Amino acid sequence: MGIEAKNVSFRYSNREPWIFRNMNICVEEGERVGLTGPSGYGKSTLARLLAGYLKPTEGEILLDGGPLPKKGVSPIQLIYQHPEKAINPRWKMKKVLQESGMCRQEVMEALGIERDWLERYPRELSGGELQRFCVARSLFCETRFLLADEMSTMLDVITQAQIWNVMLKEIEGRRLGLLLITHNKELAKRVCSRVICLGYI
Amino acid sequence: MEKEGILVVKELSVSFRMYDKGLEQYELEVISNLNLDLKPGEIVAVAGASGSGKSLLAHAVMGLLPGNATVGGEIRYRGEVLTQKRKEALRGREIALVPQSVAYLDPLMRVGNQVRGNRPDEGRRKAQKEIFRRFQLQERAEKLYPFQLSGGMARRVLVSTAVISGARVILADEPTPGLDLEMAVEALKVFRELADEGKAVILITHDIDLAVHVADRIAVFYAGTTLELMKASDFQEGKARHPYTRALWEALPQNGFRPIPGFQPYAKALPVGCLFGPRCPRKTKACEAEIPMRKLCGGYVRCIYGD
Repeated sequence: MGIEAKNVSFRYSNREPWIFRNMNICVEEGERVGLTGPSGYGKSTLARLLAGYLKPTEGEILLDGGPLPKKGVSPIQLIYQHPEKAINPRWKMKKVLQESGMCRQEVMEALGIERDWLERYPRELSGGELQRFCVARSLFCETRFLLADEMSTMLDVITQAQIWNVMLKEIEGRRLGLLLITHNKELAKRVCSRVICLGYI
Repeated sequence: MEKEGILVVKELSVSFRMYDKGLEQYELEVISNLNLDLKPGEIVAVAGASGSGKSLLAHAVMGLLPGNATVGGEIRYRGEVLTQKRKEALRGREIALVPQSVAYLDPLMRVGNQVRGNRPDEGRRKAQKEIFRRFQLQERAEKLYPFQLSGGMARRVLVSTAVISGARVILADEPTPGLDLEMAVEALKVFRELADEGKAVILITHDIDLAVHVADRIAVFYAGTTLELMKASDFQEGKARHPYTRALWEALPQNGFRPIPGFQPYAKALPVGCLFGPRCPRKTKACEAEIPMRKLCGGYVRCIYGD
């Protein structure tokens, strides 16, 4: 049971060079995998492929051995590096959360999302505060896998530690799978059960 | 008294005129009482909470703030007070910025041309090729448009621009995210070399664990003000004086990964007295008064306690 990239190759068009070829990677349920590697090696592209935002040029992405679901909320949730780009700037935060159908009070409390933030627009919150919302909305009941693409690099270290402590508790409690893309070796060491270094697979 | 620095920021405040309901306006002060001085040959790393005004400081120095901003206090460059006009004349020549967002690149211009600037001479062309080689950007990358670059490549292009500008003061706003460790270290090494040539660098960063290796001093920001100025070596050894700086140190993955609870206050609802008060384990009644910066162990700290 897990998500798997099987012999996946990708390029943006026929005239562009390959971003990567014959990539194989697998994240099991309850497993925390770190992915590091030089920039420009296709780490973010791989995350987008696994989440279903891009289609592989060759090969396939499998969820529990089958194709990714085409309808409904995806059980695989991708959290980006830039929360301000992932949230509709014209919506109040309340609407952002409502859209995802995520309103578990205990997660909100653990992440420290305060009630009056819900009445604010994204531009009235700092990056760290917005990222808490992105984490909160990715943690609804049907989520099974989380892909964190440099999720905490733009945040100060205290906020990073706050968010990761909540994430880890949730991941362990619900046996979620995690793929963590990061350049921070110390963070990977702390969070992951297994680390893959791109360039060697 | 030591010689005055090349760039001195004194009692800086920045506020924005905002709309409340309808046409009602109010002033939102996001930076207050901010002090910083920078000497030639020095790297000052600026660390602190996200949204504490680190980027605003850089933008205030460069004169890039939007029209609804009001700047108070003083910014002096080589002894001369900078007016908006002066900032515009100096920026890009004497003072250069490495912007935080890769969206600052011109989307319709090949990056090689952007780095070289208008009508480049042979020296600039060579400098550009040289720095691209150093950052392991292939020859091909010069001909690419920003949307064709990965995050890390775009970051290296931004750093290159400031490096070859020949400016005496470089404000690097988050030059390392998206770079792998080896590349990030290389970028920091480039800044160190510039400083060793007599230039001055402000390095705004969340990667404090990397920055301490190249920086001479560290300035810690919180809610729009400086809480502590200290030697980088003191931070490395965990000898922080301010409780917030200590909390930063303890939250690093290699030092325990323990966060303190709570948040930085929102600019609209700042606490009285010490801005860190509501989250501070050592808070007392005395903390509700105005807290000045005071000298302590070769640095400055905005706290009445500290040992």
